[in-house]
Amino acid sequence: MLSLKEKDRPIIRKLLDAGCCGRCVLRFCCVGKYSSYQLSIEDINKQLLAFLSEADDQPSCEASDPTQTEDPPSKKLKLETLQAGDDGGTETLTANAEPKVQSEICVACLGVLQDFCDQSYTTQLQVCDAVRKGEYQFDSLMLAVSLPAQLSVREHSCWLHVKKEAEKSMCLDKEDLVQVKDAFKWATQGMVGKDLGASVLTNSGFEVSVGFTHAETDGDCHFRATTCSDCFKPTKNKASVFTRMAVVKALEKISDQKFLNYPCPPVHPATRCTPLDTTLQHASVFIARYNKFSRELPQTPWVIDGERRMEGSVEELIAGPLLSSFRADFNFSSSGREDVDVRTLGNGRPFAMELLNPHRARFNKAEIRQLQETINTSSDKIRVRDLQIVTEAMGRMKEGEEEKTKTYSALIWTKKPLTHTDLDFIKNIKLKVDQKTPLRVLHRRPLAVRQRVIHSMSASFLDTHHFKLQLHTQAGYIKEFVHGDFGRTKPNLCALMDSEVDILELDVE
Amino acid sequence: CVFAMEEADKTAPSVTDRYYTRWYKTDMKGKPCEDHCILQHSNRICLITLAETHPILQNGRKIKNINYKISDGCSRLNNKVSGKSKRGGQFLTEFAPLCRITCTDNMEYTVFSCIRGRLLEVNEDILKHPDLLLEKPSTDGYIAVILPKLEESKSITNGLLTREQYEEVVSKRTSQQQEPC
Repeated sequence: MLSLKEKDRPIIRKLLDAGCCGRCVLRFCCVGKYSSYQLSIEDINKQLLAFLSEADDQPSCEASDPTQTEDPPSKKLKLETLQAGDDGGTETLTANAEPKVQSEICVACLGVLQDFCDQSYTTQLQVCDAVRKGEYQFDSLMLAVSLPAQLSVREHSCWLHVKKEAEKSMCLDKEDLVQVKDAFKWATQGMVGKDLGASVLTNSGFEVSVGFTHAETDGDCHFRATTCSDCFKPTKNKASVFTRMAVVKALEKISDQKFLNYPCPPVHPATRCTPLDTTLQHASVFIARYNKFSRELPQTPWVIDGERRMEGSVEELIAGPLLSSFRADFNFSSSGREDVDVRTLGNGRPFAMELLNPHRARFNKAEIRQLQETINTSSDKIRVRDLQIVTEAMGRMKEGEEEKTKTYSALIWTKKPLTHTDLDFIKNIKLKVDQKTPLRVLHRRPLAVRQRVIHSMSASFLDTHHFKLQLHTQAGYIKEFVHGDFGRTKPNLCALMDSEVDILELDVE
Repeated sequence: CVFAMEEADKTAPSVTDRYYTRWYKTDMKGKPCEDHCILQHSNRICLITLAETHPILQNGRKIKNINYKISDGCSRLNNKVSGKSKRGGQFLTEFAPLCRITCTDNMEYTVFSCIRGRLLEVNEDILKHPDLLLEKPSTDGYIAVILPKLEESKSITNGLLTREQYEEVVSKRTSQQQEPC
């Protein structure tokens, strides 16, 4: 059953006459039932014709189960009367003509929703075979479809062709149409999933991308390059100005009148789309926390002018053992970072290691524990805990980086000799600090004044020139709070203690 | 955790010594003893400061006025930079004046950029507290922050003196028994 409604009839008729395939007709009728698209193209065509001829016999009957329609029948009847009154003779003429289904290539989808939705393409020829050849491990996958930009132009042309009928049926805005992309996924995902023994989801770490091009109609996009020149500006990274986004934008701007220089409905193509190679992307992300016990270890490789400043890094110490198990590249990301000479103690700093296209991504708990153990035994400078695998993107790692509070412990030197009472003022002090972007990071960050909150501080006396300072603060630059960064962080410990002070050691806890 | 204790007298280098290289320009624009000190961070950012031998810092001079407006059309106080790339900052050449400082004895001195680069900020604190400049000329009393071009970050110091060369110049000056500046 196709879940078509009475009001769809004129649209179906017009689209079939114009040379649209059955699945595109369903799209324009906003059929949202996946299973309708999964029928073979022959069955869809057969049912469409049956639906139309049914209408010729008894105009008020519906092809689908009446319980599935949303509109009450009374309203529908009224609409139909209206429609007949409006259009007069022409409408009846079309209605009486013999409806037929074109066997040629669809003017709207250029074949994407025809043969390419068949088993021969999806499971054998292209998609599934490519996945099998990749020898990936996966439980689920997502399909990504890239289509030639001119499909949007053709879509618009078809839309204008049936706009009058569609608006009368009250159902339609162009945005309500089912996208070619979605129809393709709905039609094929069942087959693909079954064939590969995996579930096809809207979001998965394993992305299978299929694509199509259609050289014959590339010129379709050039239709308005002169009128909409502002939409088609060359950018340095793009090979062509007629990107899908630019075309969509141009179509939003263009008036129907102007667009009609382009044939409506679109002309018949001689060839169908050419499928591109199926590409596979497997992302998986490890998250964990790390401790850093060394004051001579940067978080990421420290390279200036192509020259290494210091051996090793947290990133490399963690990645090394992982990479030998995955044969993959990686992205390292963390919630903030500490300086080379700062230790990270306590629970550790959250980080994520995104593996790029690893061939293996399935691990059980014991194996992950083993990986963590391998990392931890390979170096005593760092330690990793709570290692786990997630499929979601890295975005959340950076969430709240600014708001989080942290506890720091610093060893402070003062020029002025100290007595115990000199430190009394520090107890439970709560401060708002105005911090100009520290000079040491100013070369790569914008210049701004940021306000940081110091929630509490405590001090313990060590000797006449040293004390230990504990700070509980919003993330920020502690070193600058201590020495003042040339007076650019205010207030600073120098000013508060009325002495030259310096920070000798710092730990994050 | 246990910290390694240091000597009460701090022997470790200061913040400036740890992260900055000191460069000098002596007798700027031929004016005797008007020495400038440029602190260059390892990330190429430079701070322009008065060298300790600059006349303003001698003989207990006091500052009457500091003026960042260097001509009718141009004030360093109007300098604004935006974004990571510091768009919009005034571009300075070696002899671009940064400010004019008048002392209570009505002597006026001009502080110059000494290096080519983009002006990031000037120190507005010394306008309110000119004593900062006298008390902490090489830290809180800095004059301006300049970002040299990436490709020039090595060459901008070519015409400048190292700390050693500067000390040599200064000791020669004293041995020649010049007029005190």
